[in-house]
Amino acid sequence: MTNTIADIETADVILIVGSNTSENHPVLSTYVKRAVKFRGAKLIVIDPRRIKMTEFAQYWLRPNLGTDVAWINGMMHVIIEEKLQDAEFVEKRTEGFEELRQMVAKYTPEFVEGITGIPAENLVAAAKLFAGARAGSILYCMGITQHTSGTDNVKSLANLSMLTGNLGIPGGGVNPLRGQNNVQGACDMGGLPNVYPAYQPVGDLSVAKKMEEAWGVSELPTKIGLKVTEMIPLAYEGKFKSLYIIGENPMISDPDLHHVEKALKNLDFLVVQDIFLTETAQMADVVLPSACFAEKEGTFSNTERRVQRVRRAVTPPGESKEDWWTLCEIARRMGYNMQYADSRAIFEEIARVTPSYAGLTYDRIDAVGMHWPCPTVDHPGTPILHGQQFTRGLGKFHAIEWLPPAEQVDDEYPLYLTTGRLLYQYHTGTMTMKSADLNNRAPESFVEISRKDARKYGIEDGEMVTIASRRGAISVRAKILPKAVGGTIFIPFHFAKGAANQLTNAALDPVSGIPEFKVCAVKIDKAA
Amino acid sequence: MNAQQTITINGRELTFDSGETILEVARRNHIDIPTLCHLKGTTPTGACRICVVEVEGARTLLTACATPAAGGMKVQTESPAVVKARKLVLQLMLSSGNHNCAVRGSDDQEWTTFQLKVQGEDSSEELCPVWGDCRLQDLAYRYQVSGERFPATPTRYAIESVNPFIVRDFSRCIQCGRCVQACNEVQVNNAINFGYRGPESKIIAAGDRPLKDSDCVFCGECVQACPVGALVEKDVRYKVRPWETHNVRTTCSYCGVGCQLYLHVKDNRVVKVTGADVPPNNGSLCVKGRFGYHFIGSEERLKRPLIKEDGSFREASWDEALDLVASRLKEVRDTHGSDKMGVLTSARITNEENYVAQKFARAVLKTNNVDHCARL
Ligand code: SF4
Ligand code: SF4
Ligand code: SF4
Ligand code: FES
Repeated sequence: MTNTIADIETADVILIVGSNTSENHPVLSTYVKRAVKFRGAKLIVIDPRRIKMTEFAQYWLRPNLGTDVAWINGMMHVIIEEKLQDAEFVEKRTEGFEELRQMVAKYTPEFVEGITGIPAENLVAAAKLFAGARAGSILYCMGITQHTSGTDNVKSLANLSMLTGNLGIPGGGVNPLRGQNNVQGACDMGGLPNVYPAYQPVGDLSVAKKMEEAWGVSELPTKIGLKVTEMIPLAYEGKFKSLYIIGENPMISDPDLHHVEKALKNLDFLVVQDIFLTETAQMADVVLPSACFAEKEGTFSNTERRVQRVRRAVTPPGESKEDWWTLCEIARRMGYNMQYADSRAIFEEIARVTPSYAGLTYDRIDAVGMHWPCPTVDHPGTPILHGQQFTRGLGKFHAIEWLPPAEQVDDEYPLYLTTGRLLYQYHTGTMTMKSADLNNRAPESFVEISRKDARKYGIEDGEMVTIASRRGAISVRAKILPKAVGGTIFIPFHFAKGAANQLTNAALDPVSGIPEFKVCAVKIDKAA
Repeated sequence: MNAQQTITINGRELTFDSGETILEVARRNHIDIPTLCHLKGTTPTGACRICVVEVEGARTLLTACATPAAGGMKVQTESPAVVKARKLVLQLMLSSGNHNCAVRGSDDQEWTTFQLKVQGEDSSEELCPVWGDCRLQDLAYRYQVSGERFPATPTRYAIESVNPFIVRDFSRCIQCGRCVQACNEVQVNNAINFGYRGPESKIIAAGDRPLKDSDCVFCGECVQACPVGALVEKDVRYKVRPWETHNVRTTCSYCGVGCQLYLHVKDNRVVKVTGADVPPNNGSLCVKGRFGYHFIGSEERLKRPLIKEDGSFREASWDEALDLVASRLKEVRDTHGSDKMGVLTSARITNEENYVAQKFARAVLKTNNVDHCARL
């Protein structure tokens, strides 16, 4: 997030898109709800489903799946047409406005209505509301990123925020809500194929040299590595030989699961390090038991870039070990001496090689955590990014045209499927499904369908149905719910039985490599 | 506006900012005024009247939590009139329900009958489930009162325990309304409110339905707010007592909000979770953070390394497993090259471990094929 969680409460207009906030980031959603209920903030929700947050919204826009760039361009069209942009911000802090202006010229509210299904007058009203905000905050989640156009969607939101002068101010910003506890940290630490810690490019020779010195090694690879969504297909073709998987369960979380299973089987060697024998671990040659968060010391970085302590409360079960210990032991056995006394020692090394974490120490973050970037030990941390200027100097507008999603409905597969999470479960359920209580509230996979579609396909509430896409078929129970919109069904992806990702499309965003979980074409039938 | 306004509390002259209540000024200066219904960050309701103080010139005692400080005000927080009023409030509360924490009275026949009745209703032979962790009990002790002065009230509503998370025991509810504030003003889930009138009054979900059939999302904010034993976590009730546990502050391991929480540990097991009153969550949690801790102590946790042989796993020692992994990885690297190897690190593990994982990929396997599943 460019801004902090508490900061949301100071916005006067909040725009939520592609985030089922009250179910997936429940405590963060309380800031939004309080802002609306007690501080007079106005909420715009853009989501095909009637999620809980729509009850707090002044405007709820319901776009067709995969049409985000179109409505964002439409809003910018309205804002520029009505001269509601923040002219001073655009002038002083940005470049590329002219190209943007020309590109959005054709995105009239009527044109956008044709693509998105959002009534023109609603789009205009919402655009005016957002442009009129003293501080307008944009919150988004996987409903924006998990598309073949995910990167375009994100850039378009940044366009909208810059156009209205909402970057670098309290209560504003473009705020991605991270789905998993330490996604932010995994990225910050260089758990990515193209960057070292603090996003230092692997291809930059001076960076490589610095890391070689810090790590006491030579010839660090400078070629950009493969993304997970590239490794799996290569493995499928037999062109990838070993994977070392830590704490992830791609057997449930990846798109097009048949494909994933074959890919993992094709590997010469698969190691899985986890706390449970997950679906993925069952396929491994060697499984190494890990300590969980309650059994270890360390840090997590939350969605607002706040680095916070994790502390040991209980001892790990049996012989399970902290993940770093295991990796160090293997490194040593492979001839590289990697040794640390404890997690604090690792953190000290992180601070040495990670400029944005350089000023952080366990002692400094002990009480309430601190926001990176924090370059020196006397720096107070950075709750709000882009205050004076952007990392690259001027903020660049990207003139981006709308492109349709990779898969469209047709006569054979006439319904759109979108996937997501439920309040009572988490990711692949490895952890939450161990609570009988949570399972009691969300026991099994289901498909959420509108009354209209149910009638059309002759489906009764509660009956078992078969959902099929070009990649697979599952049977799940049908739930007729007001949350659903006609023409689109929703399946939560947590469950191994009735796994939504048997159906989803592995088509990737060309830049981020994120699969299009949020749109694919399916058909529905009564179970045979 | 007069920037340096002062108020006198118990003879101490104290400055305050306009808008501050007497309670806030007192707390800031470490003057203890007891409260029951007051919930930080929400509109004061003045429901319980335990926080009353004597203000010079006022005709009645005023509630410190709802009365704004005013320049020149002279306040007494423990005067005889205040103490008398508080005692009365406490006596009424104690006699209003199943407050069988032994502060209630002497050991006569009535006391025994009362205990047997409560224990029957609780299906437990122990004293109140929050014994030792109750604001009402604390105050009854502090002001040395019992419930004897008023006849005990009969139990009006049966315990509600039909949801998996929370037991609602209306017989111990003192109608302070903190749960209502927590639900409506902090979490804004709008699931519960005051229902019925007078002696019948009860905290209800819409239509007086059980929580499981209401808008309740089981965040547990109300449980954490309840000062007495009316709302208790189901897994904790009569199973865990506060003196058996110690707390460890840590960060929630579910979503990216990173709520700060306390793990309550008993005999090396996590038995309860509460929110810590610091950013980013200021005490709040959601159902996963508060009630999703069972995986930690699950029997299904992996406890030893496993090696697959002929399609099935056998347990192995760490040395054997680590040697095997190291030699197989070396083999793959030497035969197929580093480009054919990858590491998937994790959004679930710590920064330290992610750092070591990417270092392992780059420095040891010599590949940048390192990624995590956050894309997914
Ligand atoms: S658990 Fe949460 S939603 Fe349910 S009544 Fe309590 S505060 Fe409200
Ligand atoms: S349930 Fe607890 S918090 Fe709610 S009114 Fe009763 S005593 Fe107060
Ligand atoms: S308690 Fe809930 S909202 Fe807070 S970090 Fe955990 S999962 Fe997220
Ligand atoms: S705490 Fe002030 S009236 Fe209850």
